[in-house]
Amino acid sequence: MKAFLSIIKIRFNLLLQYRIAAFAGAVTQFFFGTIMVMVLYGFYSSSGVETPINYKSAITYIWIGQAMLGMLPWNGDSEIQNLIRTGNVTYELIRPMNLYNYWFARAFALRTAPTLLRSIPLFIIALLLPKDYSMELPLNTLAFIGWIVATFGALLISCTITNIINITTLYSISGDGIQRLLSSIVTLFSGMIVPLPLFPDKLKQLLNYLPFSGLVDIPARFFTGEILINQLPKYFLFQCSWALVIYIIGQWILNRKIKDLIVQGG
Amino acid sequence: MESIRLYFKYIKLNIESQLQYKASFIMMSVGHFLITFIEFLGIWVLFERFGNIRGFTFEEAALFYGIVHIAFAITEGWTRGFDIFPRLVRSGDFDRILLRPRTTVLQILGHDFQIMRIGRLFQGLVVLIWAVFKLNIRWTLGKTLLLIGSILGGNFLFSGLIVLQATLSFWSVQSLEIVNSFTYGGVQAAQYPISIYKPWFRKILIYIIPLATVNYFPALNILEKSQLFNYPIWLGWISPLIGLVFFIFSLLVWQLGVRYYTSTGS
Repeated sequence: MKAFLSIIKIRFNLLLQYRIAAFAGAVTQFFFGTIMVMVLYGFYSSSGVETPINYKSAITYIWIGQAMLGMLPWNGDSEIQNLIRTGNVTYELIRPMNLYNYWFARAFALRTAPTLLRSIPLFIIALLLPKDYSMELPLNTLAFIGWIVATFGALLISCTITNIINITTLYSISGDGIQRLLSSIVTLFSGMIVPLPLFPDKLKQLLNYLPFSGLVDIPARFFTGEILINQLPKYFLFQCSWALVIYIIGQWILNRKIKDLIVQGG
Repeated sequence: MESIRLYFKYIKLNIESQLQYKASFIMMSVGHFLITFIEFLGIWVLFERFGNIRGFTFEEAALFYGIVHIAFAITEGWTRGFDIFPRLVRSGDFDRILLRPRTTVLQILGHDFQIMRIGRLFQGLVVLIWAVFKLNIRWTLGKTLLLIGSILGGNFLFSGLIVLQATLSFWSVQSLEIVNSFTYGGVQAAQYPISIYKPWFRKILIYIIPLATVNYFPALNILEKSQLFNYPIWLGWISPLIGLVFFIFSLLVWQLGVRYYTSTGS
């Protein structure tokens, strides 16, 4: 356990160095967030239908999704994927620790450090925007606490899915196609592109059971107060259960694959 | 004339080499199709909830979507060389290109031609055809030509943006992720009719990055809606030409950039 904690610490400090990349990321996210918010503005102001979520909550939801994008499992660990492509992954097998947990620790750092750098400037900008575009702070501290806890749950799911992406590289060398497909499924079904409450009711019920809703939707709805704090144990348990299920699946596939791993020479 | 023949020879070689890996090509194309399809689902969700956006129906929005995505898919295919241009500068490959007795533009365009973007193209086409069947447009020869012109104009506009983006790497070899958001953000923004946006953003899309001229104005003419928005009809008929003008402009800027180029020395 101590070894894994120090891996997280080392990787975390290393990833904090990439400030320019984080800045570029924040600008890009700001750009896309603005377009999404303007589109939502168009929809909300052109029809008077009853919506399950009001405009202010919807755009707050969008801004949270954009700010926390780095935490979503939209790509794998590029260093690990390169190791697999070059065959150097064999060195990883020599390490006297569980490979899956080692990758998991790396994923944990990968999903937290850049997000920390990106999200803070984006949150500040999103709060300061003109009234029609700006996000709102939670109504009370309890909602804020709910958001923090649910974000931690989201992080666990995200790390396990990141590991699945790493592992698929073992199967398809380039891993590019699966990765991009998975990332577009993640972004739509987590609620990052369109807030999940706006989905058609039947589809929404289905999506609420999938692990992706735990990534953006649940934390964002705690933030905006759609879910009340007394529901926190239920939702957090939901997130942890999915994280555990994907964790077990990942461990299992990886261990099976390692047994018959063929490394191309060179 | 000979240059054109040479260009097609480049393309032919490129396509042949990519088709060597047939399974990979098919998987990547299917992947691209599914990815863009999932993105399109997001738009469907919003229309399902709100019914319309500022008087535009889902079918009408699908027309805008189809035009933009087909145009962008073609751009992604044939300007890939400019897209990865920073890499050519960093590796010093551009020096070699400068030594050859052909224009830089021709060689860079011939450097890479991505046929797997056919996935996005096909998806855009499916959406466009579906929209055309649903909309009961009174088709005339003029309108058909306008539709094609609008796609071509869009293609030239996006290509111009990519050339401008590549030109920037003469001054900075850093990868310019921020500039990327202009092309991808532009696709995002232009897949909806621009009348849904606030006036300041509409002005950007008309006068600065003139996406509205290759998409919005011609599509309004095809839908016979231009009077509703107080735009003169002739505007829609000639506006796709702005895409071509933009492309020529970007090539001039490119020539300027080439003159200022100093090698990285690697």
